[in-house]
Amino acid sequence: MSKIIEKEIVIKNKLGIHARPAALLVQLANKFKSEICVCKDSEVVNAKSIIGIMTLAANYGSRLKIKAEGPDAEDAIKALVQLCNDKFGEK
Amino acid sequence: MTRKKSQQSNSNDVKKKGSSGKEEVFYGIPVSPGFVIGKAFKFENDIVPAIPSYDIKQSQVPLEIARFETALIATRKQILDIQKKISEAMGTEHAEIFNAHLLVIEDRVLIEEVIKILEKELKNIEHVFLKVSEKYGEIFSRINDEYLRERASDIKDVTKRVLSNLMGQAQKDLSQLDEEVIVVAHDISPSDTALMHRDNVIGFATDIGGPTSHTAIMARTLDIPAVVGLHDASKQIKSDVTVIIDGNRGTLIVNPSKQTLERYGKEKTRLELYEEELAQLRTLPAQTQDGYCINIAANIEMPEDVPSVMAHGAQGIGLYRTEFFYMNRRDLPTEDEHYEAYFNVAKKIYPNYVIIRTVDLGGDKFLSQLDVPQEMNPYLGWRAIRFCLAQTDFFKVQLRAILRASSLGNIKMMYPMISGIGEVRKANALLEEVKQELSREGISYDPDMEVGAMIEVPSAALTADIIAKEVDFFSVGTNDLIQYSMAVDRVNERIAYLYEPSHPAILRLIKYVVDIAHKENIWVGVCGEMASEPALALMLIGLGIDELSCSSVCIPELKRTIRSVSYSDIRHMADSIFNLTDPREILNKANELIREKVPGFLQL
Repeated sequence: MSKIIEKEIVIKNKLGIHARPAALLVQLANKFKSEICVCKDSEVVNAKSIIGIMTLAANYGSRLKIKAEGPDAEDAIKALVQLCNDKFGEK
Repeated sequence: MTRKKSQQSNSNDVKKKGSSGKEEVFYGIPVSPGFVIGKAFKFENDIVPAIPSYDIKQSQVPLEIARFETALIATRKQILDIQKKISEAMGTEHAEIFNAHLLVIEDRVLIEEVIKILEKELKNIEHVFLKVSEKYGEIFSRINDEYLRERASDIKDVTKRVLSNLMGQAQKDLSQLDEEVIVVAHDISPSDTALMHRDNVIGFATDIGGPTSHTAIMARTLDIPAVVGLHDASKQIKSDVTVIIDGNRGTLIVNPSKQTLERYGKEKTRLELYEEELAQLRTLPAQTQDGYCINIAANIEMPEDVPSVMAHGAQGIGLYRTEFFYMNRRDLPTEDEHYEAYFNVAKKIYPNYVIIRTVDLGGDKFLSQLDVPQEMNPYLGWRAIRFCLAQTDFFKVQLRAILRASSLGNIKMMYPMISGIGEVRKANALLEEVKQELSREGISYDPDMEVGAMIEVPSAALTADIIAKEVDFFSVGTNDLIQYSMAVDRVNERIAYLYEPSHPAILRLIKYVVDIAHKENIWVGVCGEMASEPALALMLIGLGIDELSCSSVCIPELKRTIRSVSYSDIRHMADSIFNLTDPREILNKANELIREKVPGFLQL
């Protein structure tokens, strides 16, 4: 029995989720067994798909919801939120 | 951006039928400055090869999947190759973007979607893949955010590559150019630019893109002119026509007329003459007619300034301001961030020296990360060395980074806003502590790194004899020294007239500091604006200053001034100014010398 965990984040890096941050996010998501998706407005994409993440066009200030379901859902959410809060290593 | 096509009607312009058409000007967005005249090379990599479409049998599905896998593997190998090339040529940070490309090939959602459609529609794999990538291309093209839309071209770059591999076609690339050309294209992908023959590409013009597109970034990195956002210009240009790319005005001129070529020719000659003069001065020492040499150094704010320092012929960096690190961010810079910047600068400027000024925060420079209370008189308040000595953990991060970066032996360090010996002793004690920590950790540093005090507070100038015994050099910060000595805030318009570098009080203070320093066998530099004005600089040299440090662009003019006069004239002038009472009279004295000896300044 795995529970669904979700958390809302705000994109804080100036340039938004362009290719480099998207790559970081997808690489990180792929480290977890859980199913992870990212939602923006009505769109829902797989967090393990770079094309999906790029189609979100999440720019500065965008609000996203991250949902994870699986054995390591909690860790996954924690790690992904941390990455966003660190502005994907950008200024 | 509106595109205008202007045709220069020109009766004198004799046209040869068919070979060279009329001059045409396309307007785009200038993204990398400078201009260049050359031969166009039309690069058509953006045209998707004609993709066949045919039905397949159910039994052929595994075969098509296998072809897809082979193409993905080939693409992966190509991307890794490009990544390696870029990493070697431009550094790993530029190569990082290709991680995103690799993820596209591994994207399960994309792969599953392709296979699902393949099984459902029973069409050849090229056709299916094209359809899927077009779908995403369509989604990306609708993105509102310009930067994110540009970045989506990275994805297109990969899907195009996969298609070429499926078709068994080698992609065209720019690696085989055997002469200098200006590349004209609808768009140039990141991997195209990566594989490009760098020496033979002298300019870029593309139909799409903006200031943040990779073409723009690449052009600036390579220091070649570029104009993007030219709409459909590439469709109307053939290879081998003469074009001018003007990266200052944002124009692409096709078939330039005689007049246009002449105009650009003149501009080129003028620039070349100026550059020649600069280049000559670059390698020449700042030596007077009678052989007296003075050290000319530059002030910088970040590692990116170093190329300009060298291009302008400085013999070192006399002031590396470190406040930039703390600006526009909410967290504090780490020791490694400091270290990397300092080491980078030291390495680039080697064997010349760099003087790092420990952080001078407070006053006009706020520190958003730390809760620094608002003050009534920030210039007289908790700032610079005062702040650092109160926040020792914060200060030690910077000291550790400076010491770690000092291993090449060309780093010197100085403390800002010293008001008396007490601060020097405290700071030196902290430095000693950090040195011992590093020694214990087995980290190498330069044990003989020179440490100096900035002389910008009158009390420090007047106790220079005491301070000189515990430092290796002085650097006079004239901006603050004048401000503090004259009690004048130079930003206040009503009293700015009181800010006079040639005031006898200032000259006496500087002379006192220099004489004491030389008696104590240490050297003295000046790193304020006074050093950048030829007349005042000569005055400083006459007072015995050993080093002048100013912004890079002022250096050629300064060198030229120094090279035109003799040291005996300078000394004579400096001696005479102490008999004068009025700051303007004093300044005139120095200007007289310049008028007499220096033939016309460089027109900057």
